[in-house]
Amino acid sequence: MNRFDIVVIGGGPAGMAAAVAAREAGAEDILLIERDRELGGILQQCIHNGFGLHRFKEDLTGPEFAERYIRRVEELDIPRKLDTTVLEITEDREVLYINAEEGVRTVSAGAIILAMGCRERSRGAINIPGSRPAGVFTAGTAQRLINIEGYMVGRRIMMLGTGDIGLIMARRLTLEGAKVIAVLARKPYPGGLTRNVVQCLYDYDIPLLLRHTIVEILGKDRVRGVLVAETDENSRPISGSEELYECDTVILSVGLIPENELSLSAGVKLDSHTGGPIVDESRQTSVAGIYACGNVVHVHDLVDYVVEESEIAGKGAAGFVLGSVAVGTEKMRPEDRKGAPVHLLPGEGLKYVVPQRVRGIDGEDSLDLYLRVNRVYGKSSLEVKLGGEIIKRVKRLRMSPGEMERLRLNKGVMEKINGSDLIVEAAEVNG
Amino acid sequence: MSGIDREIVCIVCPTGCRIRVSGADRQQLTVRGNECKRGEEYALKEISDPRRTLITTVRIDHAPLRRLPVRTNREIPKQSIFPCMEVINRVRVEAPVEIGQVIIPNVLGTGADVVATRSMGRGARPGGPAQGGPP
Repeated sequence: MNRFDIVVIGGGPAGMAAAVAAREAGAEDILLIERDRELGGILQQCIHNGFGLHRFKEDLTGPEFAERYIRRVEELDIPRKLDTTVLEITEDREVLYINAEEGVRTVSAGAIILAMGCRERSRGAINIPGSRPAGVFTAGTAQRLINIEGYMVGRRIMMLGTGDIGLIMARRLTLEGAKVIAVLARKPYPGGLTRNVVQCLYDYDIPLLLRHTIVEILGKDRVRGVLVAETDENSRPISGSEELYECDTVILSVGLIPENELSLSAGVKLDSHTGGPIVDESRQTSVAGIYACGNVVHVHDLVDYVVEESEIAGKGAAGFVLGSVAVGTEKMRPEDRKGAPVHLLPGEGLKYVVPQRVRGIDGEDSLDLYLRVNRVYGKSSLEVKLGGEIIKRVKRLRMSPGEMERLRLNKGVMEKINGSDLIVEAAEVNG
Repeated sequence: MSGIDREIVCIVCPTGCRIRVSGADRQQLTVRGNECKRGEEYALKEISDPRRTLITTVRIDHAPLRRLPVRTNREIPKQSIFPCMEVINRVRVEAPVEIGQVIIPNVLGTGADVVATRSMGRGARPGGPAQGGPP
């Protein structure tokens, strides 16, 4: 069985950034595995701009952002297998993969970095009643068909959901000559970034119907219409408010789910709030030597933060491998050298916080928390509490579930951390 | 000439201020609702000369994929977006293409070039032409 110091699963932005960071941190023997025919992941179909504003201080398109990392992977000559799918990983870090040239093979890894990204929720996940005609697509599938395969998906489009990909596809479909009748949001606020609502919907006069949802899809061979209903304060359809809209296509942008089948095969514990692995500050999962980063951990809205997180994981995995080599045959895990982990918990107003665990903080100057609130906040604050005491508070003018928040705990705050759990809360500020 | 009264949602930062721009004519505009100076600049620009980067694809031959993503290398006037799409949709390029390569110089006299946003080598499509698909 071949052995690698680090096997990275997934050649999108997370996997590439993690592999590059691991190499730069001194790990020589890395294998990057990607199931598509090229690196870049979903960025290759995200042809719109808005990528790299934080990372490169430039407004790049998805493919441009991807190409920068592809070039870096090539410069560093990091070995990679394309057209290769990982079937299973184990707790003792064996990776089972398949491709057309080698068949089914197993390699063993000093550390594994999970970077499989996420997938879209589909019609089945949200249970829309009605018939089963052609013409129902997820936004990402429509994006791939139009931007890469060159197929148009329809002419009269009803879009359900206001995720960023959906908003961007509403604009893209309009540019390519389709009529987007409306974009429906079940909730009273859109799910995506404000700039996407403005530049994709307002710019093209596409109606945004808040508090509306599809209650039935009509049509036998092809979609011929949808029944749309208003929703109440619990986001449930209001009976009697149904209205018929004629359309030939329904596009769903109703959320993303971290892709964790492989994680589960290795016994990695998941967080019910994020749908991704529970990770510590180095992005190590509950299984020693298995790291995770990017959308497999939690769904990010900006790739800039995906690569930032992936560099942490790459560095962490390199440290794990190099550290354990130095100690000899008896593998010493980083957590053995530090105290028991402290739990970071989402409190009032928070959907989730990552990382969920903090181990030792030796040498680290600061710790960035990634978090999401569970509703729209006006003037508000984010507070980190330790045993009832507020050890960090920052103010925000506005927070929304659609926009991930980043909260930095500096060294002074980190030094206060003892054995107790940390709770992060959001609170409205008056005046 | 009728007066101006428009609400603009600012996208300079995530705050998303709703900015009201109003006035009898373009020379005397009042800007309200912005929390910072950048918002005022953005709103006035949106009234006087709204511009956008246009991003789409062109057909590519002898490449592993059927479409090549492209963008304008600077913002173009908002009203030029659909006319530019018509020009871009008539174009067909030949692989290989390098990232940044100019596909259409000075599209419709906007001063912006349409450039490739990725490199794409020459090669057969996986599965070959028998797989069919759009031209």
